Amino acid sequence: MTTEAVFDPGTAAARATDAILHDTLHGSARGVVVDSPPGAGKSTLVVRAALELADAGRPLMVVAQTNAQVDDLVLRLAEKSPELPVGRLHSSDADAYDKALDDLPNVRKSAKAAELTGLPVVISTAAKWAHVKADEPWRHAIVDEAYQMRSDGLLAVAGLFERALFVGDPGQLDPFAIVGSEQWAGLSYDPSASAVTTLLAHNPDLPQHRLPVSWRLPASAAPLVSDAFYPYTPFRSGTDHGDRRLAFAVPSDGSGPDRVIDEAAESGWGLLELPARHTPRTDPEAVRAVATVVRRLLDRGGAATSERSPDPTPLTPDRIAVGTAHRDQAAAIRAALAELGVTDVTVDTANRLQGREYDVTVILHPLSGRPDATAFHLETGRLCVLASRHRHACIVVCRAGVGELLDDYPSTEPVQLGTVVKFPDGWEANHAVLAHLAEHRISHRP
Amino acid sequence: MSLIATLARLEAVTTGRAQPAATVRHRHLSERPLVFVPLTTAGEAGAPLGALVGTDRDTPRLLVVPQPRDRDLRFAFLAELADIVLPYIDSYADAVEAAERSETDPETGKRVKVEVELCADAPQLVVPSRAGVDFVRLLGRSMRFRRTAEQDPETPYPAPPRVPLLGRWLTHFGERARVPGSSLLLALTEVLGRHWATGQSSLEDQHLGALLAWIDPPEGSTGAEAALHAELARDDRDQLLCPPAGPATDPAFDNKLLAPAIERYDRARTALAAAEDGLQADDRLGELTAAEREIRELVRSRTLPTWQKVWKGIDLLRELPEGAHVEERWTRDRWSFTGHRDRVVAGEPPQPRRDDAVTAANKLATREREQARLEAQEALDDPLVMAGRRLAGEAFAGEVVDVVMAYSEGKRPSPRPLVTVRTEDRPHLGERAKVFRSLGGKPQAAEFVGQEDEGLLVLRIVDKMGRGKEPEVGSVPEKGDRVCFTLFEHEQRGGAKLPDPEETPWTHGGPPGEQVPEAADSVTEEDML
Amino acid sequence: MPPPRTRGTALRQRLADLRGPDVPAKALDARALAALAANPGCRRRAILDGAGVNKAALASALGSPSAFGQSQFALTRGNAFEAKVKADGGAELLRLVHERLDPRAEPPAGASVPDLSAIGPEGRTARTALALREATEASGTWTLLDHPMLALDVAGSPAFLEPDAVVVHPDGSWTVVEIKSFPMLDGSADPAKVGAAARQAAVYVLALEEVAGRLDPAPRVRHRVLLVCPKDFSNLPTASAVDVRKQRAVTSRQLARLTRIQDIADALPEGTCFSPELPAEQLTAAVESVPATYAPECLAACELAFHCRDRSRAADAVTTLGRPVRAELGGLTTVEDVLAAARGRAGDPDDPAVAALRRAAQLRDEALGAMCH
Repeated sequence: MTTEAVFDPGTAAARATDAILHDTLHGSARGVVVDSPPGAGKSTLVVRAALELADAGRPLMVVAQTNAQVDDLVLRLAEKSPELPVGRLHSSDADAYDKALDDLPNVRKSAKAAELTGLPVVISTAAKWAHVKADEPWRHAIVDEAYQMRSDGLLAVAGLFERALFVGDPGQLDPFAIVGSEQWAGLSYDPSASAVTTLLAHNPDLPQHRLPVSWRLPASAAPLVSDAFYPYTPFRSGTDHGDRRLAFAVPSDGSGPDRVIDEAAESGWGLLELPARHTPRTDPEAVRAVATVVRRLLDRGGAATSERSPDPTPLTPDRIAVGTAHRDQAAAIRAALAELGVTDVTVDTANRLQGREYDVTVILHPLSGRPDATAFHLETGRLCVLASRHRHACIVVCRAGVGELLDDYPSTEPVQLGTVVKFPDGWEANHAVLAHLAEHRISHRP
Repeated sequence: MSLIATLARLEAVTTGRAQPAATVRHRHLSERPLVFVPLTTAGEAGAPLGALVGTDRDTPRLLVVPQPRDRDLRFAFLAELADIVLPYIDSYADAVEAAERSETDPETGKRVKVEVELCADAPQLVVPSRAGVDFVRLLGRSMRFRRTAEQDPETPYPAPPRVPLLGRWLTHFGERARVPGSSLLLALTEVLGRHWATGQSSLEDQHLGALLAWIDPPEGSTGAEAALHAELARDDRDQLLCPPAGPATDPAFDNKLLAPAIERYDRARTALAAAEDGLQADDRLGELTAAEREIRELVRSRTLPTWQKVWKGIDLLRELPEGAHVEERWTRDRWSFTGHRDRVVAGEPPQPRRDDAVTAANKLATREREQARLEAQEALDDPLVMAGRRLAGEAFAGEVVDVVMAYSEGKRPSPRPLVTVRTEDRPHLGERAKVFRSLGGKPQAAEFVGQEDEGLLVLRIVDKMGRGKEPEVGSVPEKGDRVCFTLFEHEQRGGAKLPDPEETPWTHGGPPGEQVPEAADSVTEEDML
Repeated sequence: MPPPRTRGTALRQRLADLRGPDVPAKALDARALAALAANPGCRRRAILDGAGVNKAALASALGSPSAFGQSQFALTRGNAFEAKVKADGGAELLRLVHERLDPRAEPPAGASVPDLSAIGPEGRTARTALALREATEASGTWTLLDHPMLALDVAGSPAFLEPDAVVVHPDGSWTVVEIKSFPMLDGSADPAKVGAAARQAAVYVLALEEVAGRLDPAPRVRHRVLLVCPKDFSNLPTASAVDVRKQRAVTSRQLARLTRIQDIADALPEGTCFSPELPAEQLTAAVESVPATYAPECLAACELAFHCRDRSRAADAVTTLGRPVRAELGGLTTVEDVLAAARGRAGDPDDPAVAALRRAAQLRDEALGAMCH
């Protein structure tokens, strides 16, 4: 019997969570780092750790990166533990927080940290925390999305807490600076590096954990995403082949979009390949193809069966998302969908889709039709986000010729002494994903 | 590259002349810049070969190191350079005006206004290219840790008195040049490239001669022809007619002209040292002087064309009217200059080799803020830049076709007029997105309410209308007005205050500890002759 | 079944014919590797480098001589520095390898420095392979190979490579050492130059891996190489370990693609020859028979760049202005086509590239018009 056969995702995930909570609550290290691949239950972990720390009577501050993430965490905490008093520290702008928080009796909101002192848990964004001055540091902090936080962001808030649990997904988009920061490359505290990079450079002995199971990605997607984007920290799918099913009531009309939908329903992946051609970013044929695929997904009466419920759930617009690299592409696809009468499907860029989950995603490949590849389009995190939002199937729309484009991409990257080489390389990861997609290719001539 | 910039380059190709990439000048130009055209020795780090330097285009000072590996000659060069640059800098240090600055009161921790000095103007260094800026930085780094005999009588090779100070100033100029929109140290190719689009690539634009050939081609010649001539044309001795703007020299110059000349100089020096009597020494001194003069002429011949081109470039830039916000950014340069002047006077040690964590983070925050400020101000100052932002969906311009008065709810209703703008632009407006227009130099905010029809955008003006129930006159656009709104903010908020370096948290290695003076660079015997 | 032996021989003969009678093949030197990295998709560069054509001589014969040269000051300084690093049986070099890459091993004392001299590149390659084997078998000791010769199969013919040094560690693993004369100033160095050195070292790693693969058990070729440079403003050596896994992966894939030069060669007209002895007209025709993908980056990497730039400009190609220019132009590739589309003289207004160009032209005119009034 091999270890593969006895791998039980539930047990493995529980064991990892127990070890994380043990180190967090009872360990002696000042920090604990947790790598969480897409859909591995990061939010659940954060909520659980927060509740246990609160139970243990340790004043806790939670640092997230965006207001949406903060509000989401507050809502989740309140759902799990409605009695727990929670502070939501927010900015003094209008609409600083989600109005849904107003319905929660035990959530106190304020733009002033002083008005929230004494609450067991206070949550805010890193940017807001950076303005807080505390006489007495918090006993504990949870830093969420720590890989998307910049080192200088952590520098601004680290004086507020004694110890912290850092949680994040190393495979998503890296933080960036809008000006050059080469001057500090190679320094352990390079302000433009990720917070975790700096933290570990200075504290290499901190316990590091990872969540080993993705509950979101199906068995068809986890191996590809794991191999291509997490080569040194592999993970598994929490479900097996056959645990999930995507079926359509209306049979295929034999068109490219329908065939790619069937291919994706069957195998989890589909590549709708348009003839090779150099196009502007808002390639009208590709935009139309994406819109048509979405329209057909809705028209064909899709139903998703999963471990969550025994009965099939209808594939409604809110369970579908379209992902692009650029905002103008998203705008063009929204317009094309509106023409086809589709309005409720999320269409957004990779940046905005981070942390979200859908049953089916339709992606316009970042390199489709491009005459040139740039570092932006090759960035691993961008492709990783786009390829890891789905529970059932992911359909990629792309012009032929991306393989050649990658082969012709110049490899004249400068190298800074002393920096850690980031893996995987965008170029390699793109090749890996393309090679896999080629097995699910439907050629389409619009 | 934006499509507008692409079009400009393509038009340059077909017209044979560079096309405008800006309608105003976006960088400050001093009335009396100090132009510095340095050359360096191939294969050596920070070994100057010579330079032309000065504030008067007709009388540049020529500085030459006839044997670049000779420490004494190098020091003599640096001392001479200090004697030109430092008085120039000092001439700006004493004229001051009173200004206010917010500081944190060490006792109360509150922000308070304090009266301080601000230098009324600041020095400005102009070098030919980006490589010149790097060389200024390198020179600064090579000098600022040197010790003079006065500082340390034990030091093995004491530097001339003012050389370490020059190192600190050049370091400051080099560091300031990393701040977007700053003008204390300008690389001419960068500034020209900001204002003109040539018919060649931006890589080729880094060649000052080729760049100027496109912007101002000689009579009867196209930019392409003139640029090609500048890049490649050689004389009968295989020398480039337009020598590289430096600091690197053309290898053909090194091998065919400079190396033999330096060899003659070395021989003459050895011969002089070996002279047995006064008469012989006189003769040989004559030979040495001749050999030195030859090298001086070689260096002059390689730097003078660049010197003239730099001034030509400055002339061209002066023809453009200055952008409205340039003065404000120059004031920041003056603050930067004043601050460094004060640090020098206060006897603070030279800038360390590497920034500590807090300094690095503060610098990055400043530069990001300045970058955002620069992008906003350039767009506000220049319709051509704004056109690029409009094309990118980050701004829109159009005509006001309707204004409906409305008020906020609450005890004291404030005006919240609804303004409908007709535009052909396609801004990326999200739900309730904030937009801004410039009203008397101050940003007025509005909120995107919705799109009435194709190209008809409804906005709700939310501020800058005064305190009364009715908006102040002129604070609300009227029907028929041309307006331009941006999706980006016009002014930058200050960032959060970072801890003091001695409070560096454990995540970033803890406090850096007691500052020890940086040691001077080690020198080996073989480094020098 | 490996029939490619004959195919390989045929290709080798074909490539020799392309070089011209009695023209020796040029080694795949640092410049050729840089050109490959800067423009892997250029077929012209691929066939010329694959055939070992001397591109500098070819460029001169075409009338567009390359502008690359080396100052004798730099050369002298570089040689002096390398000699200093390798003095005393490489004591300083080995100390740096020990300190930066293998601090747990015994400190190198009395390392052996085998004599690698032999006749011809093939002889030196064989001698190097033998020395590597012996050094690896002599476990527990350090060995320095000074200017070894390695061969790498490039497109069916061996290219000879000469790293500055290879060190065999006591555990039998091998390290590539690159000695460069640009300075490491306060621990950092020019990233473009370090990048080029890393790509160069990655090729040596690949070549060493071929040698290692023929030994049993195959010794480990380390993927962290040692870059030795002058420290600050001195000529004291200092060193930094550089991880070349990425460069190795990329170069390996690019070299695998190089084998396609068979296809490029097959597409050439019968009798094509790049010998610099030929008249310029004939050479121009030969060079034109294989397409180039010129971009301004070529100017810093390829000897033929000025020639290709001329042709690219003559063809009115927009990429002459830089690769990024094409990004938003869709299928439009010439200056005239783009301007005609922008001015409304040609192009389909429903094509978003054309529509965006017209909008850009209109906005630009409007802004410039505002300037005049």
